[in-house]
Amino acid sequence: MSAPCLTVVRPGLFATIQDLGRFGHQELGMPVAGALDPIALRLANALVGNPLGTAGVEIALLGPALKVEADGVRVAVVGPMALSLEREGQSPQPLEPHRSHTLVRGDVLKLGAVTGAAVAYLAVAGGFALEPFLGSLSTYVRAGIGPLGGKPLGDGTRLPLNRNDATPGADVELPEPPDYGGGPVRVVLGPQEDRFTAEAVETFLSATYSVGKDADRMGLRLDGPTLAHTGSADIPSDGLVTGSIQVPGNGQPILLLNDHQTAGGYAKIATVISADLPRVGRLSPGGSLSFRAVTVEEAEAIRRRQEQTIASWVRAIRPVRPAGGVDLEALYAENLVSGVVDIVNGNGDILNQEQMCGRAP
Amino acid sequence: MDVRFTTAGDTAFNVEFGEGIDRPTNARVMALHARLKAAAPPGLVETVPTFRSLQVVYDPAVTSRREVQAAVEAELAHAGEAPVEGTLWRLPVCYDPDLGPDLLELSSSLGLSADRLIDLHGSTEYFVYMLGFMPGFAYMGDLPAEMERPRRSEPRVRVPAGSVATAGRLTTVYPWESPGGWHLIGRCPVPLYDGARPSPVLLAAGDRVRFEAVDRSRFDTLSAAATAGHFDPDTLRAAS
Repeated sequence: MSAPCLTVVRPGLFATIQDLGRFGHQELGMPVAGALDPIALRLANALVGNPLGTAGVEIALLGPALKVEADGVRVAVVGPMALSLEREGQSPQPLEPHRSHTLVRGDVLKLGAVTGAAVAYLAVAGGFALEPFLGSLSTYVRAGIGPLGGKPLGDGTRLPLNRNDATPGADVELPEPPDYGGGPVRVVLGPQEDRFTAEAVETFLSATYSVGKDADRMGLRLDGPTLAHTGSADIPSDGLVTGSIQVPGNGQPILLLNDHQTAGGYAKIATVISADLPRVGRLSPGGSLSFRAVTVEEAEAIRRRQEQTIASWVRAIRPVRPAGGVDLEALYAENLVSGVVDIVNGNGDILNQEQMCGRAP
Repeated sequence: MDVRFTTAGDTAFNVEFGEGIDRPTNARVMALHARLKAAAPPGLVETVPTFRSLQVVYDPAVTSRREVQAAVEAELAHAGEAPVEGTLWRLPVCYDPDLGPDLLELSSSLGLSADRLIDLHGSTEYFVYMLGFMPGFAYMGDLPAEMERPRRSEPRVRVPAGSVATAGRLTTVYPWESPGGWHLIGRCPVPLYDGARPSPVLLAAGDRVRFEAVDRSRFDTLSAAATAGHFDPDTLRAAS
């Protein structure tokens, strides 16, 4: 019998394998890549008992259909998307995101349209049996780097599984979808805010921008008032991070996302704080945003609070309560404290900082 | 110029050593890069050397800007301008106009013969200031002043992998087929990026490069060997 896997029977539009990013090799010009919405990936992993930085499938626009070629596999989807299950001998049934589902051999999981955010994530218990490249399973499509030849999922792609042994009856859920909060996107000014006129900085912090049609994993072109430089827009190329907002000579800002190049030669007016990167990673063309400046110290405090919130979401994961009827399995699990801990990470350990945060921001 | 710290959000900051592109400034960047790599303070994710600044990337869930900057300042107190001893590479390049489609236009716009331009390009030892743009893309200086020319006004949508190109006072070899606005003057048959190698990128910041002209038949032989996986890039290391 062949190795357990999920086989792509319909590829969808743009689904890639991503973890929290390929850090440590930017000095070679290697982009970080990684999940556009790392919170959603982390929660999807929590729902299937994985370390939270385990690689999953990032789904943009329209998801794939996956056939289960394993005895059993537990999966979870986090993000605003429709999904359904086709099981032999049964009529197709819709499935809920934000909970785990235990699938059996022959099942076809159909992931539909992602609506209301740019991306959603699928995690599988035990993760995918794929070979990391430079320490990461993130896919960087522009240069064909990462698992599966560095390509999005295609028709017939096999996603090998590390585990083959999921047994039905222990599914869990988030009590409610995660709320990322609203309001202006918070930025720290710089590193080159001194290359812009005072009026440009004021405009940047008071205007509303919309995401233009040129939006992909590399960055978002923002439509709105132009920003004037004091001199040339060009600087000797220096480092970029996810969240850098560079402004070329035409004055229209570009917000760089995970597939950004490692260095660039346009002056940068500001940088999105790490706690708000999941929010900007969820923006699609037509979405609007405004900016508010905070200090580095404030940004760090916001990030620390956010990590506590994510930890509380993970702790709130509970056995699924079926609509109507009594689920004896769920009742049984709820009466076992250790059962709840098992659900969190699969081996009874309290999550440590590394598991919570992955390798890097 | 004094060292200047600039801020890139709550995950990174830059240590700037100057305004321009020159070897002494870059040597200070590389010296701090080497020291921080060795010291590996807690929460430091990586450092990224560029022309005149070092980007310091950290994990705000583990540490803080204040702590990382203190660690950087401690290293700065000891980091001199001692140049980092990089590898000297001898890279073959074929200057056939079929492979370097801008060679003739560039030489005539500079008022040089094509042969003179090839001589100039091949007579200089270049310094790898930084990598960026795409994995393995090396910004090498300093091109002879007679060859200085701004980027093309119309960038190409597709530049073939291996293209040897110039812009301003810099030269490079495109590791990938990609868009590009530099002037293409030849082609290098050796892949500068090869995912099958343990270290997929050939050149590192701080390395030096000499280009050695080869004719078309030698180029074809080397290309065929590289494609078949029979080319050992270690043979390009020069005794320095």
